[in-house]
Amino acid sequence: MFKKLAIGAAFALALTPAASIAAGGGEQHIEDFAFSFEGPFGTWDQHQLQRGLQIYTEVCAACHGLQYVPLRDLEALGYSEEEVIAYAAGNFEVFDPELDDFRPAIPTDHFPANTGVGAPDLSLMAKARAGFHGPYGLGINQLVKGMGGAEYIASLLHGYTGHEKEEAGTVLYENTAFPGGWISMAPPLADEQVEFADGHSNTVEHMAEDVAAFLMWAAEPKLTDRKNAGFVGVIFLTVLSVLLYLVNKRLWAPHKGKLRKED
Amino acid sequence: MSGIPHDHYEPKTNGEKWLNSRLPIVGLLYDTLMIPTPKNLNWWWIWGIVLAFCLALQIVTGIILVMHYTPHVDLAFASIEHIMRNVNGGYFIRYLHMNGASLFFVAVYIHIFRGLFYGSYKAPREITWIVGMLIYLMMMGTAFMGYVLPWGQMSFWGATVITGLFGAIPFVGDAIQTWLLGGPAVDNATLNRFFSLHYLLPFIIAALVVVHIWAFHTTGNNNPTGVEVRRGSKDEAKKDTLPFWPYFVIKDLFALAVILVVFWAVVGFMPNYLGHPDNYIEANPLVTPAHIVPEWYFLPFYAILRAFTGEVWVVQFASFITGGIVDAKFFGVLAMFGAILAMALAPWLDTSSVRSGKYRPMLKWWFYLLIIDFFALMWLGAMPAEEPYATFSLIASAYWFAYFFVILPILGVIEKPLAQPETIEEDFNAHYGKADADATPAE
Repeated sequence: MFKKLAIGAAFALALTPAASIAAGGGEQHIEDFAFSFEGPFGTWDQHQLQRGLQIYTEVCAACHGLQYVPLRDLEALGYSEEEVIAYAAGNFEVFDPELDDFRPAIPTDHFPANTGVGAPDLSLMAKARAGFHGPYGLGINQLVKGMGGAEYIASLLHGYTGHEKEEAGTVLYENTAFPGGWISMAPPLADEQVEFADGHSNTVEHMAEDVAAFLMWAAEPKLTDRKNAGFVGVIFLTVLSVLLYLVNKRLWAPHKGKLRKED
Repeated sequence: MSGIPHDHYEPKTNGEKWLNSRLPIVGLLYDTLMIPTPKNLNWWWIWGIVLAFCLALQIVTGIILVMHYTPHVDLAFASIEHIMRNVNGGYFIRYLHMNGASLFFVAVYIHIFRGLFYGSYKAPREITWIVGMLIYLMMMGTAFMGYVLPWGQMSFWGATVITGLFGAIPFVGDAIQTWLLGGPAVDNATLNRFFSLHYLLPFIIAALVVVHIWAFHTTGNNNPTGVEVRRGSKDEAKKDTLPFWPYFVIKDLFALAVILVVFWAVVGFMPNYLGHPDNYIEANPLVTPAHIVPEWYFLPFYAILRAFTGEVWVVQFASFITGGIVDAKFFGVLAMFGAILAMALAPWLDTSSVRSGKYRPMLKWWFYLLIIDFFALMWLGAMPAEEPYATFSLIASAYWFAYFFVILPILGVIEKPLAQPETIEEDFNAHYGKADADATPAE
């Protein structure tokens, strides 16, 4: 058994370096951040989500939308009902067909969609991208590190090299995380661009992580509920398995000779 | 039901007699549940109950999802997000349904390969086998159409690619494809009919499951030795069998519970692992994803579909003798369906008089190679269509066909089988020792 494992491990190691080159295609570099919500025990860091929301509101929302996320869900970030009402009214206007005019947003509205061209909606971005692949299509990296949607976003946001080029009238920016290496989004974050009330670090790296965490929440708001339900089910089913094992053993015992001798 | 002699239901009270003379439903249930089952069944025989559970799970979760889902190209994607965000427990129901499909296919593949190894397809169980294959085909159709419903990028482009296969049929292909789609391309009409059929097919599957069970309750279960239960008398049959209830129900439920621990962990902790991220992008007919990859359970046959390109001599030969009617695309389609047909024909391709692979020293190795081949094809189906994967795909596809059309027929002639036990009782006692008939149960 051990020999098999050792051979398997050696084989896996032998494959890894070649695989990491092959998987990227455009030499994508995705950093494996240690987000608080990863793994079966992971939960949200509410302060991080609040900082992420602030970055989204002050920076991303200028171009992007979050059309599937209801503003009322922001209470899950630790805000009171009044704070959510104030946030909605203070930051967004929505078109109301009944008034035939725009009005300040209320919590039952969703975040506005982006009606302009180019910038994709971010509601599901953290689930619609995978940071990790392979090796060789075997799915082992995703199993160990997770799908890596949030890692992809964070890596993209501080993956700019500073190089630019113009192609068919569009300026493209070199980015080490983007497939193909050139992205049309200008570097959105700069150091100290957003001032946090709690004085938290506002380097590009930290802000990238914060907004990626917020977008993971936006994509999967029921993440912690899901994990809780996972634990309840796993524990219940494990106990049930043990009970059924014992029942099964007792049931079959009279029909099996071996167990007889131990009496 | 005929078959193995056993005690039948006897109505005792007047009420039972009254009902039984009008509708013998209790007797039917009793006979079904108390069917004498070979007592040497091993753990590979538990997947049937897992499959029954999967069908029930998918129907129950599916019915709930339908209460909140909207089958319209403008609303479908948003209605899924509504389920994920607003419906009470909706995220879990949806993830159960999504991953339930994967559990369903894990179970069906193990169930099929168990049948292939132990010769469960052989006489007199050909009907059970054929009905099983029909169920498998319907499962694939149902899963494919279900995957289209969330109306993500992979839904849309998967539907475009797969319905395009029918377009490869000579002469009538285009007409068939248009008829299937309800228009020239995948659109609202397609989504609506897929939704309708996705709801219908599981109930047809349920009916076929009844026929499947009916068929093997008539012939009796196969077992790891492939030796038939003795049917001379009730006493003789009792030495080889135990009633399904409670012995196998409890055993199967135990196995099911263990499998569900793993399943629940996947749903709870990594529900998107088996899915494709692109399906969280709403369908867009103007943007083609970089790689269109089907769900993992279709990959082996997808690999066979892609393996036969125009450069393969068999394809060129087929094209030559049919005057170009069978082109590379149509050949690929034929190969894919042929790969499934090959399994269905196993009862008539296998010439060996021995049922179980346990006593077939040569088949064993070819069978293990088939398992490796299956996984290789699954992996190759996910790889881009370029070298060296194209050559590997061709070799792996060739082995799949060779196993059924060459190896199974020839082995039956040249293989020298090992000695089989005389009876199931003998096999059982060899494993567990002979139970002392006089002893009372441990207490």
